[in-house]
Amino acid sequence: MRRLNSGNLLAKLVLTGVLTLMSISCSQSGGEKTITLDFWAFGAEGDKVREFVTEFEAENPGVHVIAQNIPWTAAHEKLLTAYAGNSLPDICQLGNTWIPEFVVLNALEDLDQRLDSSINISPDSYFSGIWETNRIEENLYGIPWYVDTRVLFYRRDLLAKIGWERPPETWDEMLEISRLLIKGGHSKYGIILPLNEWSVPIVLGIQQGSEILREQASFGAFSGAEFLRGLEIYDQFFQEGLAPKGMTEVNNVYQGFQEAIFAMYISGPWNIGEMTRRLPAEMQDDWDTAPLPALRAEEYPGLSLAGGSSLVIFRSSKHKDIAWDWIEYLSRPDVQSEFYRQTGDLPGRLESWTSMALSGKRPTAAFFRQLESVKKTPQVPEWEQIAMKMQQYLEYVVFGQWTAKEAMDLLDKDVNKILEKRRWLLSRDK
Amino acid sequence: MKSQRFYKVWMSPALFLAPALLLIAVFFFIPVLASFLMSFTDFDIYSLADSSNARFVGLENYKNLLSDPLFWKAMRNTLYFVFVGVPLSLLVSLGTALLLNSKLIRFMSLFRLAYFLPVVTTLVAVAVVWRYIYHPSFGLVNYLLGLLGMSTVDWLGNPKWAMLALIIMAVWKNFGYNMIIFIAGLQNIPPELYESARIDGAGKWQELIHITIPMLMPTTVFVSIITIIGYFQLFAEPYVMTQGGPMNATLSIVLLMYQEGFRWWRMGYSAALAFVLFLILFMATLVQLRLQKHYSGV
Amino acid sequence: MNVNKILIHILAVAIALITLIPFVWMVSASFMPQGGANQFPPRFIPESFSLEHYLRLFKSMNIARNFLNSLILSVSITGLSLLVNSMAGFAFAKFHFPGKESLFKLLLAAMIIPAQVTMLPLFLMMNQMGLINSYLGVIIPGMASIFGIFLIRQYINSLPDSLIEAARLDGATDFQIYWRIVLPLAKPILVTLGLFTFMGTWNDFMWPLIIMTRENMYTLPVAMANLSGEHAQDTELMMAGAVLTVLPVIVVFMALQKFYIEGIMLGSVKE
Repeated sequence: MRRLNSGNLLAKLVLTGVLTLMSISCSQSGGEKTITLDFWAFGAEGDKVREFVTEFEAENPGVHVIAQNIPWTAAHEKLLTAYAGNSLPDICQLGNTWIPEFVVLNALEDLDQRLDSSINISPDSYFSGIWETNRIEENLYGIPWYVDTRVLFYRRDLLAKIGWERPPETWDEMLEISRLLIKGGHSKYGIILPLNEWSVPIVLGIQQGSEILREQASFGAFSGAEFLRGLEIYDQFFQEGLAPKGMTEVNNVYQGFQEAIFAMYISGPWNIGEMTRRLPAEMQDDWDTAPLPALRAEEYPGLSLAGGSSLVIFRSSKHKDIAWDWIEYLSRPDVQSEFYRQTGDLPGRLESWTSMALSGKRPTAAFFRQLESVKKTPQVPEWEQIAMKMQQYLEYVVFGQWTAKEAMDLLDKDVNKILEKRRWLLSRDK
Repeated sequence: MKSQRFYKVWMSPALFLAPALLLIAVFFFIPVLASFLMSFTDFDIYSLADSSNARFVGLENYKNLLSDPLFWKAMRNTLYFVFVGVPLSLLVSLGTALLLNSKLIRFMSLFRLAYFLPVVTTLVAVAVVWRYIYHPSFGLVNYLLGLLGMSTVDWLGNPKWAMLALIIMAVWKNFGYNMIIFIAGLQNIPPELYESARIDGAGKWQELIHITIPMLMPTTVFVSIITIIGYFQLFAEPYVMTQGGPMNATLSIVLLMYQEGFRWWRMGYSAALAFVLFLILFMATLVQLRLQKHYSGV
Repeated sequence: MNVNKILIHILAVAIALITLIPFVWMVSASFMPQGGANQFPPRFIPESFSLEHYLRLFKSMNIARNFLNSLILSVSITGLSLLVNSMAGFAFAKFHFPGKESLFKLLLAAMIIPAQVTMLPLFLMMNQMGLINSYLGVIIPGMASIFGIFLIRQYINSLPDSLIEAARLDGATDFQIYWRIVLPLAKPILVTLGLFTFMGTWNDFMWPLIIMTRENMYTLPVAMANLSGEHAQDTELMMAGAVLTVLPVIVVFMALQKFYIEGIMLGSVKE
């Protein structure tokens, strides 16, 4: 019997392992001639922005941009993990509600000086409500890349069938339209309000005049009467069966929109692109966008949230100048326009809105109008966590486990616990 | 020669043990200790920026944990997953083991391979596949329910069904492992027992009740404890399939721990959660040792 | 009697269908053109055969790199852990030194501490050592395994002492004994443990998810989870990714089935 020498086998295995490791660490350190710029972007933008890298690299010889794509669902944890692990990229797309968090961490580069010396970028070429979200106290930490706010997507043809030639201007009208649509058998539901999105109840709250956090943003204000009034309207859509409760029932919202599972959808600008791409050509005239309804007709359009993504430079970056060049490049009106064509993301720069006539034609006009009346969410690092918490309690309300009041009381209790550290820091630093 | 004797007794084993023990000490025991200490602080994202922002808080994290409805939700979910999932999984494992151990079966190894395949496949990939199998309108499961004339279910979207959906998937994925152990257990039962039972005129069913199941008891205890410990660590399925939703119906202890720790960086709180998990597993193991002693004593 | 035999086989086939159909559908959906898998009733045979999703994964999603990462990690951890664990297992089995039993018991007791307990501090430690986003960050904590030491010790224990004594009389050093005598004899258990380690590393999710923050360092399961967060609507693309993730472990398992199944039984031997 031939005895196999497993010692040799093992030695070979180990050797292979060590060799591969060495070859990989060598290949990483080799060829230090070029500057590598690490750039993270989220979702569809992360895919599309790669196409712009080539042009930028051609204009800047010796610079190599690595664009990494991270799904939105994991973006926040990936960024924080990268912060904790000292492995942040040089430059990143950052949802503007996340900026305060990274400012507290002292992770973001102050951009004021670079802005002063820039010929290309100046605040007056941006929506002021959006620009403001990038400012914390006196300092500027981000440049708006694309803007985002929630508006109403609706099926014009279905609304027409019940005699509505214009979109709803108040929430009451919206409720009424939903009822009529279902009654007439034109759609299964009136509207879809995904339970994993917190924006609609927040919008309703601020339209009611509610604060979101109170006393220097150190306590929650969700259980206040104003916020609860907003939440009631939200809940009414579910309790009357006008909006589906199950989240995966319309796993594919585009298919659901197309097949008249629902006729209205409150969502963001990325869906202009998706709707154009995913809905059949003959349906393209059947849908439109409109600003959000208000509480009363004279207040139309109602407030929405100042969203969007900014470009930020991390302080840990070793290539801040190049990173700024990349921001300047992405902020050029022509690049902004082209980026809009590629992604459907609404450009941050007003020049692109005019040069492409976005402000006057459907479906972007509604966004232009909406972006003039937006409000920013509280600028505290805990915001994302608070928003998630709110989303969780929302589900309890919708599924009838708790009343709105009960749920919001519990939410405020949780939120106040989350903000305990903030209160301690505020009182200590006084 | 004293030094040579010392060398013989200590040096040689020490050299052989050093790499493993060093690695385990540095990358396992030290982190366990650090985690334990961390659970008494409010180490969080502010402390990550500046460690003077961390405070020693005593048992505060544990107290908060016990008064946090989310923790209890996660605990209930995990217990549901464990105490429905494990018995179901063991039943299927035992059933298939009996089936494959039957004298009548042909192509036994082929069937064994088929049943075992889900065990070795990557959980994340399988979870992605099952997300579509559970799809409310295009999914296979609802298609089959429809064929049987039953009403369809929004498996992962409805809080009533989501955890059950994960259980079914977990049983599908894992039963093959325990099946193998049960088959080994069955083959260890002395055939004379069955022969003498047959002489006494016992039927198949009586054999199962009076011989097979009692004789398998030690195996069953072992298998159920390792399965319980495994099921308590539910993470990848909800992470990939439901993100813990809907309505936190699939939020597990480990997922909550991951979210608190690596999404919000509330590390003190997350460490306390980890130790609660450890405590539970510790108790499960104690029960195992007790039962094993009991059955090996018989 | 024949009726029973038929019934049993019907049952066996039915269960096999349940375990296999998800895989069949996965493979078939991965070849369907975009939108082909979102149909009712579900299809098992693609209307037309398309490789577009695989091409997309390789061309624009760089999945080859993720594949390579998984392979590098699995192979190196398997090799290194066999070495480290077999050395320790040998020492525990064939050396006599004071405190051996209590040391071994301590290790066994530590097995009940779930790995999740260590993850936060381990992450911070790895950060201090600059090992975030590096292969070593996964390899180093994965090298030594108490379970592996236990398994090997059990096996080597059963080898006769006389073999070792004889070699020692011939003047062999301890290392020579380990390398030339013990390891060759322990080959079956090494293959089994190697297989366990390889598959365990390939399928591992949580730790690589935490420590690999760069796309080019993702392992296949992490890349899959990433993809499913991003392209959930593209069913066929996801299935192609799942096929690529699952295929290597299935192939390895098919080839070495016997060792794997024996390993399960060895692991279930009660102390």
